[in-house]
Amino acid sequence: MGADARPQLRMTHGRQVEYGLGVYSGKLGMWVFLCSEVMFFTALIGAYIILRWGSSQSWPDPTKVLNITLTAFNTFLLICSSVSMVKAYAAISHGDQRGLRLWLLATVAGGAAFVGVQVYEYLHLIHDGVLPSGFREGGEIMEALTRAGLPTGGHELFGAAFFTMTGFHGFHVSCGVLCMIWVTIKAFRGHYTQAHHEGIEVIGLYWHFVDLVWIILFTIVYLF
Amino acid sequence: MTTVEKKHPPYMLVWLWLAVLTIIEVWAAQAGLTRRILIPILILLAIWKASLVAIYFMHLKFEPRRFLFVVLAPLPLAVILVVAVLQEWGK
Repeated sequence: MGADARPQLRMTHGRQVEYGLGVYSGKLGMWVFLCSEVMFFTALIGAYIILRWGSSQSWPDPTKVLNITLTAFNTFLLICSSVSMVKAYAAISHGDQRGLRLWLLATVAGGAAFVGVQVYEYLHLIHDGVLPSGFREGGEIMEALTRAGLPTGGHELFGAAFFTMTGFHGFHVSCGVLCMIWVTIKAFRGHYTQAHHEGIEVIGLYWHFVDLVWIILFTIVYLF
Repeated sequence: MTTVEKKHPPYMLVWLWLAVLTIIEVWAAQAGLTRRILIPILILLAIWKASLVAIYFMHLKFEPRRFLFVVLAPLPLAVILVVAVLQEWGK
C-alpha cells in the first residue's frame, strides 16, 4: 500500500493518535499503569475481605471506631478536586490559560487538604488507642468498647488492614499532589496550550483513578 | 489533518450526583439497616459512583471502543484475583 493510500491521521491535543488503539502513547501508557494499579488495590481489597470475614478474630464496627462524618467530608473534598481537575482540562482545551491555572490550584488545594485531613484522622486514632498493631490498653477506644460490653481483644487485624489500605491510598494521593504541583508550575510557565495539553489529561487520569479507588475504599473500610 | 474538538460532559451535574450519592451512602450506613440490606445498597452506590468517575471524568464514554478492551482488561483479572484469594477462606 502506498503512503498516499494510508488513512489520514487524526490529531488530538497536538499529538497524532496511534493507528492501533486510537489514542496517543502517553495516554495509553498511563492507562496501562492504572491497569496495574487496579490489580494492586484489588489484592489489598481481597486480603481485607479474607481478614475481616474469613478469620475468627473479632472485628469492631468501623462506624463506631472511625470518624465517618470527617471521612465523608474528606471523600467530598477528593470528589471536588476531581471536578476541579476536569474543569482545568476543559479550560485548556478551550484555550483558557487563566481557568487552567485557577482550577489546577484548586485541585492541588483539594488534594493537599485530603492528605491533611487523613493525617489529622490518623493522629486522633492513634491518640485514642487505634494502632496498626491493634487497640492500645487503656486507650479511649478500648474503654468505650468495655463500657458498651463489646469484645476488646483481637483487633490487631483491623488496625493492620485499616492503616495498610488507607495508608497506601494516602501515599498515592500524596504522589498525585506532588505531580500536580509540578504540572501547575508548568501551567504558570505557559507550557500548555489549546493544541498541546496532553500532560493535563494524563495526570488527570491518575487523579481521577485515585478518587475512584477512594470511593471503593471508603465504602468497604468505613461503611461496611 | 483535522483537529478533533472534544465535547465536555456536564461535569458539575456529575459532581452533584457524586455528592448526593455520598450523602445517601453515609445515611444508609448509619440508619441501622440490617447488613443483608445494607451491604448490597452500599456496593451498588459505590459501583454507581465509580462508574460516573470512570465514564465522565476519565472520559471512557468518549474513547474509541477498541481502546476500552485494553482499559477494561484488568476487571475480569481482578475478579479472578479475588476468587483466588477467597480460597484462603477459613484457613
